Amino acid sequence: MEELVTIPEPDRPFPGLGVSSNQGLLQWISSVDHKMIGIMYLLVSLLFFLIGGLLALFMRVQLALPLNHFLGPEAYNQFFTMHGTTMIFFVAMPAVFGFSVYFVPLMIGANEMAFPRLNAFGLWLTFFGGLLLYFSFLAGGAPDAGWFNYAPLNEKNYSIGPGIDYYAMGLLISGIGSVVTSVNLIVTILNYRVKGMALHKLPLFVWMVLVNSFLLLAAFPSLNAALAMLLLDRQFNAHFFNTGSGGSALLWQHLFWIFGHPEVYILILPPFGILSEVFQVFSRKPIFGYPFVAASSVAIALLAFGVWAHHMFAVGLGNPVNTFFSASSMLIGIPTGVKVFNWLATMYGGKIRFSVSMLFAIAFLIEFTIGGLSGIAFSIVPIDWQLTDTYYVVAHIHYVFIGGTIFGLLSGLFYWFPKMTGKMLDERAGKWFFWLFVIGFNGTFLVQHALGMLGMPRRVYTYPALPAYGILNFISTAGAFLMGGSVLLLVFIIRRSLKRGREAGDDPWDAYTLEWAAASPPALKNFDTLPVVTGRRPFWDMKLAARKRPLPGDPINAATNPPHTKKTGDDYDAQ
Amino acid sequence: MLFLVIGLVVFICLRYRAKGDKSEGDQQTGNNLLEGLMIGIPAILLGWFFIKSVGTARAITPGSDPARKPDIVITGHQWWWEVEYPGSGAITANEVHLPVGIPILMEMRSGDVIHDWWVPELGNKTDLVPGNKNYLSVDIDKPGDYYGSCSEFCGAQHAWMRIHVVAESPGDFAAWLSANGKPALPPADSLSKEGAALFQIHTCANCHRIGGTAAIAGAGPDLTHVGSRRTILTGILPMNEAGLASWISHPQQIKPGARMPDFIFSKDSIAAIAHYLAQLK
Repeated sequence: MEELVTIPEPDRPFPGLGVSSNQGLLQWISSVDHKMIGIMYLLVSLLFFLIGGLLALFMRVQLALPLNHFLGPEAYNQFFTMHGTTMIFFVAMPAVFGFSVYFVPLMIGANEMAFPRLNAFGLWLTFFGGLLLYFSFLAGGAPDAGWFNYAPLNEKNYSIGPGIDYYAMGLLISGIGSVVTSVNLIVTILNYRVKGMALHKLPLFVWMVLVNSFLLLAAFPSLNAALAMLLLDRQFNAHFFNTGSGGSALLWQHLFWIFGHPEVYILILPPFGILSEVFQVFSRKPIFGYPFVAASSVAIALLAFGVWAHHMFAVGLGNPVNTFFSASSMLIGIPTGVKVFNWLATMYGGKIRFSVSMLFAIAFLIEFTIGGLSGIAFSIVPIDWQLTDTYYVVAHIHYVFIGGTIFGLLSGLFYWFPKMTGKMLDERAGKWFFWLFVIGFNGTFLVQHALGMLGMPRRVYTYPALPAYGILNFISTAGAFLMGGSVLLLVFIIRRSLKRGREAGDDPWDAYTLEWAAASPPALKNFDTLPVVTGRRPFWDMKLAARKRPLPGDPINAATNPPHTKKTGDDYDAQ
Repeated sequence: MLFLVIGLVVFICLRYRAKGDKSEGDQQTGNNLLEGLMIGIPAILLGWFFIKSVGTARAITPGSDPARKPDIVITGHQWWWEVEYPGSGAITANEVHLPVGIPILMEMRSGDVIHDWWVPELGNKTDLVPGNKNYLSVDIDKPGDYYGSCSEFCGAQHAWMRIHVVAESPGDFAAWLSANGKPALPPADSLSKEGAALFQIHTCANCHRIGGTAAIAGAGPDLTHVGSRRTILTGILPMNEAGLASWISHPQQIKPGARMPDFIFSKDSIAAIAHYLAQLK
């Protein structure tokens, strides 16, 4: 076997307020272990996903029939605002961070994040930011100006309740959490890689997380600044966005979308990374065009800062400005297309295994392409002038966020669940979930393209009985309930698999990257030693080497090593 | 492109599914020629889209001739459209009359938050941004009714900020314009006289204008010729005495959040006011 590297870590259990492992919940709350924090991020995400989904179902009931009276305008406007804000900031972000802080150290052969306490701080800021946002329901009304909260509708004279203040405070707090977590991820990836893992050998998931963290670090200050300005306006009568006293309504839009468009890529790049791993393992092939898949992420990240005004083609910036942003928005389609084609090329010539994880990855290719192409439509200014702010754009964002982000995250869930829990996530029931979710999702959103083209604006709490509106909306509502039901099925599958799932073993997928060299679930200390990395599939290389020269009792080969043999902390266990 | 991707996905899934054996796929890691095609072909396609889109965008936006005065000024309010025809004295609301066959320059303003003018069949969306003016040029081919709606979320009643454009031949339009440029008709019968008096002495006149009377406020829709419109509240209720009476008696149930508060009027007063307004043709 090659040279072995000892994986450094503190020589005693991580500080945890002196709580011992039998103290259950308190141990979780006080934990600074990246794996426990990762799981808690995912649980926070699941909690808010159920709430945000419930809000969506209420909205779909209201819209099922023309001139319905299920929800009034006040409730409806609060619900759609909270739905969007929740899904983006408290579902997608925590899920992305959950997988990142759990798997980045494992995939680069490290035992912890660079700053374990900062890691916990980021989690709790995100969680309490979300709670603060929801507290607004009890404090006199939730925010009701949409997730992008345009000025001057977000000002005191048009939104008198405290909802928008909670929106600003909640997002500021969770935004600080996001910034510290991305600093933590950058430092971890740049400094804690096992010997031999040069940047051009990083697993693609880690690559995307790295690019993503820089993207986040550059984008969030714009949002945080805008939120602080908004709070000043609302609480201290400043005049940043208040048009009545000389402020600028468009300033908010610029500041928000300079953050907001990169945010879209922040939510899609880590899922791209997950898929880049999943396609390799389940096609039994190395990724096709590694340098192109990695570099296209950098291209997306850089271009992301030059496209924000494509959300503003209708505000009257003039043709020269619109033309610039139209061109940059089209350009971003190219690196995205490069990724899709490289994943297809990875599958080509492979031996594809249709696990649930792979099914979501394959479905992603189609759903995300629909979302990507409907996005190209918005970069064409005259088409944007017709379709922006209609149900077409609602369909588009859901094809990108669900067909892209959520499908990628679900693929990651089915792929990594065995590693995180030691149990397989039931594949047979998982396939049921997959088909129900895919049918429900397309049933909900495919028809919304047509509604948008027929002229139905977004964010309306009701609509007149115009031709085709009723039937299309009813189909959409039916699809939403199918999707909601399938999510309940997923929760049930997770519960049952945790209790009675099949034992996974350390390497159920015959995978390629280092997290599978650890036990399932990994012990508190992920690794004792690892060989020097020489290729892009380090665990695969280890297995090949072991197969060629089987050494009995080889200390680093998890495949031949009984799991759970290494415990470091006196009273500490990872789970 | 979509069908290409779907086709490839289906083909690859069928062709390369693992048939139970544990072997690996072929171990190819890349091909620079193929990467070049992945970049080059979309780039050419997008370049073509871009050139077409720039030409179209230029063709449908108004020119920048500063001497050209707008034919119509639209001001967005929560949640109705104020429509002014400069030079004619005509002010109306929500029902927009336009002539066919003549290029029209519309000026877009906002009285409060951002709204967005969108009549799908009559060209592009245009935001109404407080503090800014935007312009839209429209050239309608056929007379008829065109419907649209506010497309930028603008608060509680964004859903009921719909647009009704009535496109007429230039002759019909000129007749409509001259009729609407005139002051309101005086109340004809005793019931409408009573309604007119109630209108002026109660709070109605604090917000609404009726040309030729003492009511000159501009916070709510202009009512000078309200009786000639087909609907009220951008389409929630038909324009007739019953519709008006039901609106005046409980506005917050019909359009919750609207700026018109619930007043305490007797049934008779409501009937009189509705009767008066309905005859303001």
